[in-house]
Order: sequence, then C-alpha cells, then structure tokens
Amino acid sequence: MTLLATLLLSGCDTVVMSPSGDVALQQRDLLVWATVLMLLVIVPVIVLTLWFAWRYRETNTEATYKPEWTHSTVLELVIWSVPLMIIIALGAMTWVSTHKLDPYRPLDRIDAQTPVPVGLEPLTVEVVALDWKWLFIYPEQGIATVNELAAPVDHPIRFKITASTMMNSFFIPAMAGQIYAMAGMETKLHGVINEPGVYKGFSANYSGAGYSQMKFDFHGLSEADFDAWVAKAKASDNALDRETYLELEAPSIDDPVTFYGQVDPTLYHAIFNRCVAPGQTCMEDLMYHSGMGQHGGHHGEADTGHEGHGKHEGHAGHDQHGGHHD
Amino acid sequence: MFENLDLTKLIFGRLTWDAIPFHDPIILGTFAVVAVGGIALLAALTRYKLWGYLWNEWFTTIDHKKIGIMYIILGLVMLLRGFADAIMMRLHQAMAFGDSTGYLPPHHYDQIFTAHGVIMIFFVAMPLVTGIMNYLIPLQIGTRDVAFPFLNNFSFWMTTGGAVLMMVSLFIGEFAKTGWLAYPPLSGILQSPGVGVDYYIWALQIAGVGTLLSGVNLLVTIVKMRAPGMSLMKMPVFTWTSLCTNVLIVAAFPVLTAVLAMLSMDRYLDTAFFTNDLGGNAMMYVNLIWIWGHPEVYILILPVFGIFSEIVATYSRKPLFGYTSMVYATVVITVLSYLVWLHHFFTMGSGASVNSFFGITTMIISIPTGAKIFNWLFTMFRGRIKFDVPMLWTVGFMVTFVIGGMTGVLLAVPPVDFVLHNSLFLIAHFHNVIIGGVLFGLFAGITYWFPKATGYKLDEFWGKMSFWFWLIGFYFAFMPLYVLGLMGVTRRVSHFEDQSLQIWFQIAALGAFLIAIGIAAFIIQLVVSFLRRESLQDETGDPWDGRTLEWSTSSPPPPYNFAFTPQVHDLDAWWQMKQHGFQRPESGFIPIHMPKGTWAGIVLSGISVVVGFALIWHMWLLAGVSFVALIGTAIYHTFDYDRDYYIPAEEVERIEAERTRKLANV
Repeated sequence: MTLLATLLLSGCDTVVMSPSGDVALQQRDLLVWATVLMLLVIVPVIVLTLWFAWRYRETNTEATYKPEWTHSTVLELVIWSVPLMIIIALGAMTWVSTHKLDPYRPLDRIDAQTPVPVGLEPLTVEVVALDWKWLFIYPEQGIATVNELAAPVDHPIRFKITASTMMNSFFIPAMAGQIYAMAGMETKLHGVINEPGVYKGFSANYSGAGYSQMKFDFHGLSEADFDAWVAKAKASDNALDRETYLELEAPSIDDPVTFYGQVDPTLYHAIFNRCVAPGQTCMEDLMYHSGMGQHGGHHGEADTGHEGHGKHEGHAGHDQHGGHHD
Repeated sequence: MFENLDLTKLIFGRLTWDAIPFHDPIILGTFAVVAVGGIALLAALTRYKLWGYLWNEWFTTIDHKKIGIMYIILGLVMLLRGFADAIMMRLHQAMAFGDSTGYLPPHHYDQIFTAHGVIMIFFVAMPLVTGIMNYLIPLQIGTRDVAFPFLNNFSFWMTTGGAVLMMVSLFIGEFAKTGWLAYPPLSGILQSPGVGVDYYIWALQIAGVGTLLSGVNLLVTIVKMRAPGMSLMKMPVFTWTSLCTNVLIVAAFPVLTAVLAMLSMDRYLDTAFFTNDLGGNAMMYVNLIWIWGHPEVYILILPVFGIFSEIVATYSRKPLFGYTSMVYATVVITVLSYLVWLHHFFTMGSGASVNSFFGITTMIISIPTGAKIFNWLFTMFRGRIKFDVPMLWTVGFMVTFVIGGMTGVLLAVPPVDFVLHNSLFLIAHFHNVIIGGVLFGLFAGITYWFPKATGYKLDEFWGKMSFWFWLIGFYFAFMPLYVLGLMGVTRRVSHFEDQSLQIWFQIAALGAFLIAIGIAAFIIQLVVSFLRRESLQDETGDPWDGRTLEWSTSSPPPPYNFAFTPQVHDLDAWWQMKQHGFQRPESGFIPIHMPKGTWAGIVLSGISVVVGFALIWHMWLLAGVSFVALIGTAIYHTFDYDRDYYIPAEEVERIEAERTRKLANV
C-alpha cells in the first residue's frame, strides 16, 4: 500500500500527468476521469476478493457455508450490468473525445479559456523521420532544422509527418499525443504549447540501431523569441536542396543540431512521394500511370487533407498513394 | 582457402566463421555453460542407459498425457532462457544512464528484447497452455486420447523444432533486432539484411505448424469425443475455455503463417508486399499481424480462466457460481477478440470513427471479463476456502489482474493511448495481465494437476515461497514501469540521459531479482517434491476432493485413462458420481484399442529444422535436399499401417486390481 501511495504521488508530477500543451492536458484529464470511473468497480472487487478470502477461510467455521449455492439471478444482473453501465459511460466519453482530440482535426482552442482567434493561421511544420534523426522543414519561413524544433507559445501548430525509411513515432509528450511517421505516407498532428520552455521530443516507435538517440529538443518560445530563432536559422549558410538531403538521409546516429537557411520548397513533397533522387518516379504519378487515376478524386489533394471542411478524412490510408498501386 | 568459391557458397550459403560470436564474452560464456550442461546431460543419459527409455516411452509416444508433460517441460526450459533475457535487460537499463552505456552494446540489447518477447509468447506461454490442454482435455471429457494421436506428437515436435532454431540463433549468427512482431520496413531485406529476421521467420513458421495442428486436434477432440451424456453445457469450464481457445487458434494462426510467408517472400523473392517502394504497404503487415496477435492474447488467457474456474470451485468446496454466464462470457470474448486488433495502432493515423469503434469494442470485452471475476468472487462467497498453493495463485491473480484490466481499458481510449502508446506504461500493462493472469494461472494449474500427472503432490513450503516471491517481485518489477510510462519513457530504449529515471529502473531490477528467487523456489520445489515423493504420494487419484472426471482416474492415470468410458449425467461429473456412491467396476474388462508410438513426428521435425536452417543461411543445396527428404519422409510415413494395438483384458485387469489395492490402503 505504501508502495502504491508512493507511486501515485510520484506519478502526479510526470510529463504525462502535468503537461504544458492544451491537447496533452485534455488527454490527461481523460486519463484521470477514465481511471476514476473504473476505480468505482475495481476497488470494490479488490476489497471483496480479500475480504471473502479472509472471511470464508476454511478455519473460520462461524462463516456461513452454502455448498450447493451456485446461482442468483439478482447477482447475475448486477455483475453484468455494473460493468455495462461503466462501459456505456466510458464508451460515450471515448466517442466524443476521440473525435474532439483527433490529431488530424485543426484546433479550435488555444487553452480551456481561449478559442483560436479568427484569422490566426496555424504554423506549419513538415516533419521527416530520418535514420536516425528528425528533419523539420518550416515551409512558411523557408528554413529547416535537424534535431531541434521551436514554436511560439499559444500558437496552433500543424505538423505534416512522413519518413524516409523506418516507421517511427513523432512524440512530444508535453504538447500532444504521438502519431506514426511512415515512409510514402503522410500523417498529421495538431498541437499547441502553452508555456515557454524546453521540452523533450523523440521517436516512440523502435526503428533500429539509432533509435535510442533519436530525440530532439522542442522549444516553446514567445513570438519575439521565435522570430529571433527563425532569423538565426535564416542566417545559416546551409542550404537544403535535394542533393544535401540525400546526404543527410544516409543513416547516422546522434547527429548534432543543424540549421538550414534555405530549403528547396518542393523537397518535402518529393520525400513524401519517394522521388528525391534523380530519375525516380513520384508515387502520385506512378499511381496515376497505373490507371488508378480514376479513384484519384482526392489525388493531389491528399497532402492538404480535408481540413478546410472541418472534416478529417484525409487519414494515413488515404494519403498513402502506394497502396493503390496494382 | 577454398579453390572453388561457388561450391562453398552452394554448400554453406552465407555461413562463415564470422557468424560464430567468438568476440562476445557474454554469448561465449553462455555457450560454455550450455555446452558443459548439455554434455553432462547426454553423458548421464548414456551412463544410465536412458536413451532407449526416452525414445520408446517419450519421444515417440502418442499418449496425450506424456506429450502434455513434454510441452510443459519445453515451456519451463524456455522460461529460463526468456527470463535470462529479461534480467539482462533490467540490469542493462538500470545501469545505462549518462556516461555509462550499460554492459550490452545496442545490437545485442536489441536482439535480447526481441528474443525475450518471441520466446515468452511462442515458446513459454504457448507450450505451457497447450501442454495443460493436452494433458487435461481427454481426461476431463472422459476419453482415451485426442482425436489424432500421431498429429499430436508431430505438433509437439514442430513446436520444439521452432524452439531449437530459436536457440541456435544465439550461437550461430544472430537473432532479429526488430522487436517481437518484426514490423517492416525494419524487418525488410534492405533494413535487416542479416540472418536475424530469417531465424525469426522460420522458427515461428515451424512452430506455427505445430500450434495450428494441435489446435485442430484439440478442437476435434472436444467436439467429437466427449463421454456419453456430456452435452456442451455439461462440459467442465476448463474444457469450454479450451474449446474457445482452439477455435481461436484455428482461425488466427493461418493469418500469422500468411503474413510471415509474405514477409519472407519480400525478403527472399523481392516481392513488394510490405516494402516502402513499388507499392508495398507496411501498414498492411501491422494490420495482419495484429489480426493474429490480438486473438493470440485470448488464446493464452482463456484456458487460464478455465484453470482458475476449476481451482476456485475445488478449494472453495462449492460448484462454480454462474456456470452458464461463465460459458457465455467465454464465447462473447472469443467473438469479440476478432474485433479489436486496431487498438494496437491507434497512432497510425486511422480516422476518429475507426479508432472509436475499436476502442469501444475493446472496452466491451471488459464486461464479460468482469463478469468472470465476479463469478469467481461469488464462488468464494459462502464457501470453505482451503488456501493451498493453487488457491493462493488464484487470489493473487484476481487482485493483480483487475489492475491490469483497468490499465488495459485506459489504453483502449484512443486519446489516452496517444500519450501512452509504446511507453513503459504499455509494457507494465501487458506484463500485468500476462504475468498476473497467464503465468499465475499456469503455476496454479501446474501445482493443482501435478499429483495427477506424477502421482505425488508438490511441496507446500517451496510452493508458497515461489508464490510470494513472484507476487511481490511482480509488483516491484512492473509498478515502476507504470510511473516511467507516465514520465514519457518509451520501450526498447537502450540508453538514458535523465538521471531522475534511474531509481525507477533500479527498483524494477530489484523486482526482477525477486522474481528470479521465485523461479528458483519453483525449481527447488520440483526437486524437493521429487525427493520427498514417498511422503507426498497421492494414492487416491483425487487428492483435492475434485469435481471433474480427471480425478476419477488413478494418479498418474493408466495409458488408456478409463477402463470403461464414463457416463456423464451432470455438470461436475465426478462430484456427482461421488455424491451418488459411485462404485468402480472391478471386473468384466475388455481389451482396449490404442494407437501406437511413432518415429515420424520427431524425424519430420528434425528435417524441418534442417530445412529452416538451410533457408536462413541460403544453403540452397541443403535446403532442396532436405525439403525433398521432408516430403519423402511424410509420404513414407503414410504407408505405415502398423499404427495401433490392443491392451489385453488381462493387462487392464492387472492395472485396475493394483488401483483397487491402493485405494483399499487409503
């Protein structure tokens, strides 16, 4: 019991239980409520188990003994309906929260009190999981970084995520839940960070030799500091074109933070369509030429998704061009 | 060295001296220990002239009881290997902080966690569960053997063949560095060109043949061979849960076989099922493997639910509360287990509606599971509970398992899963249900049925020691992982920067050592009980005053199980027979028709291992020759018509008279 109490106390100030971003905060609240709801039945079961075990022990001849009692309709009703009630409640919570906290859904609030101001566009970051480092491309700012991410506080961020080869998972626990990064596919994540600070980000899906070192710092900055950070990146002489990308893409472990002052604007699209190297056919064209173009109503639309409609059907399966091949 | 390099390649494939890990002191040390132990064992067998006995009485046997025992021995031996991996990981993670890189290089650590998962699921939990089913099902339903006795022997040896390949990978070459489900693209030929993934594929394919055939066998046995009068709703609960498990095996394992076949085609034949390029789709692999993988979880836990049901009724000295709802709960879980697989990858980008659907179906499974817990609870209610070791495991299970169930439902809420997926919280959760559920149940079952199988009970003191060390060790080993998960620590990491995490890993390592003591106590228990077998002897065949038919036979039961097929009138058939003053027939025996032992199972499995090894190392010549030999041997065996014999009536009479004499002594 002391062990449990210590665990509970130490569990409270962990990153998952006290995050700094609104999405992770809502996920935390959901975790707490779901736990409380289940404890309503778990605690009595544990108490009853121990109590019955003690009370009806062989040596306690004072306790009632009913050797033939095997059925009670009332009890059966209770033991099926109590879990059912809890699951109905939890199921309703799940349905609502899963839609509300869908990582593909653009944020509608900055925090519990503040809706997203009209006209505030989210910051777009294109994330590429490489072996074994993270590449972040800021298309609006025209910069890119390796193993360092920054964003202004209280400003919604839209991550578009893909990978070069391995399946990784893009995760900043303080900000929002994770989503997989997969080659030839694009996943999306929306989040916001509400407090300035440096947070841990990493891959949460094992991807081979350099996996343990595949991490980065995420800087939550004031608008002014963020602008300074962008300016610092812009000042870098490094340029990320297709050639330098192919060098960067080669497997390496524990890479230093690198800034790129210039980025080929078509690079991310080429990575996602697996046609960075000269002579490769882009997957969307491959799909088109394979005669699957007729399904391509959303062809070319995939990487923008359906966000504008407030719907979010543009999930990984749809964005995955290769899957339509053959 | 060799003049004709092509010939070397043809014979040895890519196997060279480099594949033997001479440079790795840990593996070399292990090899030395295994070699010395192995040679000592072989020498002892030769010295005491036991080869003939082992071959005739065990290796070639088609007796479901002996095969069941061999499965359990296989599972326990592999438990030692799997646990050695576990404790190496725990030690490494407790050390690898800051400047210290721990004692395992990453490529070794990555193999260890992969091997740990594969061994514990496929070569510990599966053989133990299958072994107990194999031993008990025919006894519980009052029949003489399984439906296909040769297939049973063959299944066991194929499972063992997979385990052998798994062990070979430790000393020749390497094992996969991919995690226990070997997701592509990491497991693809481009990212994992070595032999590790090939060992993984062929070990599982060979063992998978065994598992699938054993599933077919037990399914048919339960459906077709129950004693007269035993309608479905009069079957013991363990038989019911086994029936459902075998339905799951038959439906799920072909999916695993297919998905691994596709992965091997990607690796061997340059197909593009799961590749990044050429239209492959790794997500399809993840879907398929979990369509097998989730039912697999229930394949393991359902028989164990049955074990607990038998134990709780026997030791509470009451029939099981709510038998009917227990059966329906089992069937509901069986069906629902196919509708939840996507909860293993909510984070892969499915839509909110898809994620919610699979989250909610997962939660729904907790309703019948909860009903089962309540049924055990109310079986204890107003009982007279005798706290023998199996009952201790049962109470330990009920308390531990509901915690694991709760964290499982938490993970089924997709937005919560987004922050806990792949974290140590998840690791804590599934160890909580697999150790606190499956393993506790297996130990309970082994202790409960041990006297039936061997004729003597297990020593109480060491059994209690084992239980308490396992229970306390479990909490120390896995509760810290829940906390670490909430700290955002993910699985499979081999080095940490944040020193504040270290204390939790150290507590977890301490827990692993407590579990090690628990395992040692279990082994001591086996030895002590063997030495004290005279005083622990069970002459009645019914040491716990049991309720089901297996307790009506002698301990151990005769080769034919029942001299006369029992007539079943009620649930808890043996209890009812005792209540109604059942008299054992002591005369009028007739010859009993029995299947005969065969060499074919072990030989076919041995050749399969050679085929697998040759394919792993690209020894195409050997692969071709041994494959032809495999098919040829299988065909040759079909012409073996000498497959049965009769136990003469006099022999039956002699065995039964012996039992009468023993019963009179009690």
